Amino acid sequence: MSAPSPPSTLGAARAVLAKELRLERRAPQTLVAMALFSAMTYVVFHFALRRDTVEGDLASGVLWVTLTLAALLGIGRLFVADRDEGGLEGFLLAPVDRTALLFAKAGALLAFLAALELVAVPLFAVLLLGPSPGAGTWLRLVAVLLLADLGIAVVGTLVAAIAVQTRARDLITSILALPLLLPVVIAAARASAPLLALHGDHALTGRWPAVLGLYDLVFGLLAYALFDFLVED
Amino acid sequence: MPTTRKLYGTRLRALSILTAVVLTGGFALAAFYAPIEADQGFSQKIFYLHVPLAIVSLCGFIFGGICAIQYLRTNDPRHDLRAYTAIHQSLIFCAAALVTGSIWAKAAWGQWWVWDEPTLVSFLIVFLLYATYQPLRFSIEDPEKQSRYAAVFAIVAGAFVPLNFLAVRLANPLIHPRVLNSSGGSLPVDMKAAFYACLIGMALLFVTLWKYEMTAKHNRAQLRSLKRKLGGPDAAAIRGRSAAPRVSAS
Repeated sequence: MSAPSPPSTLGAARAVLAKELRLERRAPQTLVAMALFSAMTYVVFHFALRRDTVEGDLASGVLWVTLTLAALLGIGRLFVADRDEGGLEGFLLAPVDRTALLFAKAGALLAFLAALELVAVPLFAVLLLGPSPGAGTWLRLVAVLLLADLGIAVVGTLVAAIAVQTRARDLITSILALPLLLPVVIAAARASAPLLALHGDHALTGRWPAVLGLYDLVFGLLAYALFDFLVED
Repeated sequence: MPTTRKLYGTRLRALSILTAVVLTGGFALAAFYAPIEADQGFSQKIFYLHVPLAIVSLCGFIFGGICAIQYLRTNDPRHDLRAYTAIHQSLIFCAAALVTGSIWAKAAWGQWWVWDEPTLVSFLIVFLLYATYQPLRFSIEDPEKQSRYAAVFAIVAGAFVPLNFLAVRLANPLIHPRVLNSSGGSLPVDMKAAFYACLIGMALLFVTLWKYEMTAKHNRAQLRSLKRKLGGPDAAAIRGRSAAPRVSAS
């Protein structure tokens, strides 16, 4: 009798991703915290800046600072449950490619970020944003958000995998992820500033999505090459 | 005890003398031979210190990344030690480049810090990123795991450097001419000669200091193992904690 063949990398990734999403759906923890955090950050910005509405550069800055910091919360929690409850050991015992874990975790983080933005961006539009952009502008903003989320998800997964093995998990997550995510913040904030401006043609400059795409590509390949070293033993 | 193992301190004296000569010569050329720059006057001379520091520290980071790749491929702790020493030292050079850049900015533009000088801003970000290398190593107990994670970090950070320069460069209009552009530099010949002398001197300084540090680390490890042989495991207890990779004397 032949042994059952081990699942493919993508199959394993899909199973782990489904587990992550099911976990968050049954006992919402990370997403709720991220959404609450971004709402509170808007309030903080309102008082700290003494502004009722923001537009242009300032709006873009407020939005991306909030989203980046909220993403840090998600990154910090990404591997914690697996480490505490022995999920990592279970995964390592399974006869599957370790890259599957990268795919699943990055996918989960991407899903969290997208879900967060479904709440946080409309909330931003209601609470702080001065101009009310049209449908075309929103579409362009969604494209920027997606490109940025991809980069945050990949780099966030790498950082989370490193940080979860350290003693000072939270500290390492923040000080490692922030500088690494800086190109994303620069490109995304620059790309969305004209979209959130009061006047102007709300155009998207081609170079910033290109920088985001390049960032996603480079760090995607790097993560693919290096992730195996982070989940040994 | 016969020293069958590789000696680390070989040719250190010759290298040190060469470094001192080239660096002094380079600075002398910069001070007395290179002409005073028309716009900025004497304060432009800091260029001969600032730019070599910056270039050498970036090269050191890249060298650290290459050593880290070697470590992941071979699992040989010596590569990890090389990467650690190179990155640690580059961080110091990077800080010096930031300080000299800041002084230059004060002299040239009247402000200690200018955000629209992309290279300087990129340097600050690179500095902040590599500054987390030590805390990261420090917070992982298991030495083997520490080396492996630090290596992954060094490679990711190495790839981050050019991307970061690209993003920051695009975000700012250029306000002063590039010193070394792609067409081979816009410097007059006498300035160029002084600059390259300073660059070579600075690179030699990096290599010399790096070799001294490696030698010191190996000597300390050898001394410790000798002490252990004589007085048992407690004779050479490690005082305090260090993030440096542990080297076995063998």
